[in-house]
Parts: sequence; structure tokens; C-alpha cells
Amino acid sequence: MGPIRRLGHSLVISLWFMFLTFPIMVPKVDTIEKTVQWRWDNLLYVGAGSFFLSLLWRFLLERKERGPFRAAEREQKPDAPTWADRLRGNPRALRSVVVILALAVCIFPFLPFVTTYQVNILTNAILYIMLGLGLNIVVGLAGLLHLGYVAFYAVGAYTYALLYYHFGVGFWTALPLGALLATLFGVLLGFPILRLRGDYLAIVTLGFGEITRLVLENWGEFTFGPSGIAGIPRPGLFGMEMNLHEVTIYIYFLMVGLCLATIFVVRRLQDSRIGRAWVALREDEIACEAMGVDTRMAKLTAFALGSTWAGLAGVVFAAKTTFVNPASFTFLESAMILSIVVLGGMGSIAGVALGALILILTPEYLRAFSEYRMLAFGVIMVLMMVFRPQGIVTGVRRVYTYTRKGQDGKET
Amino acid sequence: MEYFLELFFGGLTRGSIYALIALGYTMVYGIIELINFAHGEIYMIASFTALIVSSLLALQGMTGPAVLLLTAAAAIIFAAAHGFTVEKVAYKPLRQAPRLSPLISAIGMSIFLQNYVMLAQTSDFLPFPNLLPDLPFVAEYLPFLGATEFFIIVTTALVMVGLTLLIKFTRMGKAMRATAQDRNMAMLVGVDINRTISNTFIIGSALAAVGGVLIASHIGRINFYIGFIAGIKAFTAAVLGGIGSIPGAVLGALVLGWTESFATGYVSSDYEDVFAFVLLVLILIVRPSGLLGRPAVQKV
Repeated sequence: MGPIRRLGHSLVISLWFMFLTFPIMVPKVDTIEKTVQWRWDNLLYVGAGSFFLSLLWRFLLERKERGPFRAAEREQKPDAPTWADRLRGNPRALRSVVVILALAVCIFPFLPFVTTYQVNILTNAILYIMLGLGLNIVVGLAGLLHLGYVAFYAVGAYTYALLYYHFGVGFWTALPLGALLATLFGVLLGFPILRLRGDYLAIVTLGFGEITRLVLENWGEFTFGPSGIAGIPRPGLFGMEMNLHEVTIYIYFLMVGLCLATIFVVRRLQDSRIGRAWVALREDEIACEAMGVDTRMAKLTAFALGSTWAGLAGVVFAAKTTFVNPASFTFLESAMILSIVVLGGMGSIAGVALGALILILTPEYLRAFSEYRMLAFGVIMVLMMVFRPQGIVTGVRRVYTYTRKGQDGKET
Repeated sequence: MEYFLELFFGGLTRGSIYALIALGYTMVYGIIELINFAHGEIYMIASFTALIVSSLLALQGMTGPAVLLLTAAAAIIFAAAHGFTVEKVAYKPLRQAPRLSPLISAIGMSIFLQNYVMLAQTSDFLPFPNLLPDLPFVAEYLPFLGATEFFIIVTTALVMVGLTLLIKFTRMGKAMRATAQDRNMAMLVGVDINRTISNTFIIGSALAAVGGVLIASHIGRINFYIGFIAGIKAFTAAVLGGIGSIPGAVLGALVLGWTESFATGYVSSDYEDVFAFVLLVLILIVRPSGLLGRPAVQKV
């Protein structure tokens, strides 16, 4: 396509978008005062924006369509890896990166310019890493689109809140109980939906998530309805007295520890028999069954283990904010955790961590844009699927190649 | 008995609206096997367009049935345009991708459209004027039925008849049925697949727009979030009837409408939305192919 035709095409697209967005973007009717506010400048922004974006869109799409050829080139010249591959292939560089990261994480809360607020934000981001890793088991590894993940998060949070309220149970007792209860709920949800395929599964989990929220909202005697439960104690450390800043730092390290434990377990799970069964399930359910994998069991464990982490994160969330109500557990929360997994790269631990940091920290530090946050999530999900379905960091796929000489399986 | 009839017709009205939205889901699913999560947002955008256009017309001093006609026309045109664009942007590049990808893209689109309307307009509930004509003879002959409810039921029935004729007898309808049966085969016999898919989105969105104008007039207020719940309920209806089946969607929508109406009337109104979800989960477990759907045979 010549450059003139290309520009013409984009011009048509921008005119189309100006027409399309006109009723929503330009007039704003005040139904009470009976006045209309005409925002003609928006039309200009939409026109110019869609013009350039359509040029960019075409360019990227064409580049992606050329992709297969480039992949073929890369196969011939295997020494053109991405930065992630290069890091993975070099254990010394990898180790130094890990050490630097670990040091940065440990020192961060004690730096002089770091306030309680900032520690809190980072704790929040780590909480989402944990949730992302949990959902990653279900979506990234087992390939089951789970849209009601937040229900298990809510189960964890309410477990601690209610146990404390009724029986005065402390944080450390509630932590395993919350995880256990969330796992139990995961199995309970898992049983009936084992037979369902992808899209049906998505919608049932979505329904389950909404049912949970609606029950929390309406079952006033048990959950205290929309007003929630306040005054949940923060976790204690051998009965030590701590001020707010110290407690924040304590929760931060607690979260780091839990997150490390999560990473450890997820890594181990990935390489285990069950982890490989999940990946097989994701790639092709029928082939997986034909290979003798118990798909029912694999799905059930994926749900149960994914929910466990949500339960743990829920208990910490309740302890961190000292307050729970149903408004924290809407579908948007599920969508946010899902976009963390999608953005980072399904099935990749580093990707999920990166995704959580980007999606949670960026809106916090760019306060001016925080109201555009959900808008951006939506855009990211569409763009990632269209242009880079594997996410920022591609999950490692174990490939076994056979060399002609030795006939020995070699891992690459 | 009077209470029963009231609930019965209330359920019928609800069911009619759900049917209008559910048809969009079921047609799209029939043709490209995708749950179009953004469909509920199309309905919401149609309601907003209707609100804006009708307010502008009211400010010009216009009254009477002309307002309803112009408003409905604008809502249908813009909803259809949105449906068309959403397909081109978010689903067309993903035709060959694994099944999970278009689904996630659809969820992204849905979140995007919700927030776009919220930011460009408002997050508050807006009052929606009742555009539907007041039919005095209804109150005379059918005392348990409001005029707007009567209007909704009749309009829906007419739209259904029109849609059936369109799908049964026009060239476009034939192309759609052929594509739904076997996409590659349809392509071989000369059906323009891309155009047929676009047509499906346009028709589905137009139906949602009709539903949007009707229900917004009936309930009397809208906000940017109405598409989400309505979308899920309509999807429930589509699954209930057997997704991909057009008469199934209508039947499913009516069953859902009655279930909700009787359950809220006789059991409890707090759990109105829960009934829909519970019904959805039960149906998927007991009979995943729905009331009228054929069980899907998976070929390897």
C-alpha cells in the first residue's frame, strides 16, 4: 500500500471515529438544569488521535503478520535471543540481578526519603503479585479462564474478619484457616464445573464471583452487609508494641516473605508432574486426556491451589487495611488481577511480578491519570491480545530436541 | 391471582428485554463461537445515546412519538456502528488465535467501553425520560399490565418476527446461517465471511439498542454500569435456551424473566441477581447444551 493511500485510509478511519464517538464525547446534557454543554474540542482530539493510532495500528499489524518469516530466520540463526532469554542463559548475570533485587527490596523501607505511604503502596503491589501468581496457576498454567478469582480473595478476608469478630482469633491462626477455607471453596466450585469448556467456564466463574459478592452484601446478620467489618487488628510480632510506620514495615516484610514462598511453591509446582499436566491441559485437552492425564483431577487441583493463594492474600489484605466490605471484591478486581497475568505473560513468574508492579505502581505515582486506570486496563488487555498474546515476558516452554547423532533428549 | 398475573406479565416484560440482548450473544456465538463480553456495553451505549438525543430534542421543544422514533433511530445507528467497530478492532485480528485470546480481548473491550462512557459522561445515575407512548386502552382491557409494559412486549414480538423473516428469507440471512454451520464451506461457496460476521454484529447491536431504549424508558434511570449485569443476564438467557439457537435465546430469556419475577415476588427481593446466576450455574451443570441446543459434538 502506497503512503498516500495509507494516509487516506487513516483519514477515513479518523472520520469514522469522530462520527462514532460524537454522541458520547461531544454533548453533555444536564437533565436537571436542562442545559447542554458542547465539547467540540474533544472531537478534535478523537480525530487526531485516531488518525495517528490507526497508522500505528496498521504498521504494528503488518509487522506482526510478517512475524512467521522472522521466526523462520531466527531458527536459522539461533543467536538472536531476546534480553530475557539472554538473562536466562547466563546464570552469573541472573544471580547478580537477583542479589541486587533482593538488596533493593530489603533496604527500600529504611531509605530516608521513603514514607509510610510509599511502603504501603509497595506492599499493595506485592499483594497483587501474590494474587497474580495464584491466578497464574489457573489461567496461565492450566488455561482455565477464571473470572471470579476475587471471590476466594473475599473468602480469605472475611474468614479473618469474622473469626476475629466472633472469637477473637489472631492473624497467625487465621492465615492458614483462610487459605484452607479458600481452597475448600475452590474445590466446591471446581466440582460442578469440571465438565465445562473454556467460555462456559469463564461465565460460571464470573457468576460465582458475583454471587459471592451479592451474598456478602445482602446477608446482613452474618457479614454485616455493605457497611463491612471494621477494627480488624494488624498482625502482631510476639506481642511487641509497634507504631504505624513500624507495623507498615513489618507487614511489608511479611508480604515479601509470603510472596517468596509463593514463588518458590509455584516454581516447584510448574516442574512437577501436576504442573506439566496443567500445561498439557492448556495446550490440548483431548490430547492431554489421551496421554493418560486425569483432566478432572488436574482442573480440580488447579482451582484448589489457585484459590489457596487468594485466601492467603485475603487474610493479609484484611489485616493490612483493618477493614473489609463487599465493595473491595467486585468484578473489576478480578479483571485487574487477570490483566496483571495477561500483561506480564501467562505462565511466567517474572512476567506476573512485572505486570503487577507496572499495573499497581504506575497509577499510584501518576495520580493525574489514576481515573484513567481502568480505561488503560481495558486497552492493555485488547492490545496485548492483538499484538503480543504471550505477554511482556514469555513463559519458558520446555522443548526437547533430538539430535541425529546421539538420539539423546536434550533440553534447550 | 391478580398478584400472580402481575408477576407473570412483569416477568414477560423482563424476558422480552433479555431476549433482545440475548439474541446478539447467541447470533455472534453461533457464527464465530465467541462470547462477546462487550455486547452488554453496546446496550449501555445505546441507552446513553438515546438519553442524549432525547434530551437534545426535548430542549428543542419537540414532543410526541417523533421523539421516540428519532431517539430509537439514533440509538440503533450508533449501537450498530459500535458493534461493527468493536468487531473490527478487537476480534477480527484474532480470528486464528487460540480461544482464550478473543475472550480476554472481549473482556478488555468491555472494561474499556464502560470507563470511556464513565469518563466522557458521568458516573452518576441519570434520570431517563419515559419516551414510550401512553396507551389508554391498555388500562381498560388489561388492568394488571402497564402501558409501557404492553408496548415493550408488543415491540419485542414484532422485532422477533422481523428477525426471523430476515434470517429465514434474505440473502444475508442465508449467508449467516451458512457461516454458522461451517465457516470454511461457506467461504468455498462464495459467502463473504468478513461481511457476514460484520452483519451479525450490526444486527445484534441494533437489537440490543432497541432493548436499551425500551428498558431505560421502563426503569427510568441509567448509568455506565447497567451493561454489565444486563449482559450477564442476557448471556444466561442465551445459555439457558442453548447458545447459538435463536428461538432458544427467546425461550431462555422468557424463562429467566419469569424466574426472576416470581422469585423476587414470592421469595425475596434482596437476592434478585443471585437467582439469575444460580439458574445459570445449574443449567450449565445439568444441561450444558441448553433447552433447545443440540449437544456439541467435539471432533478431533
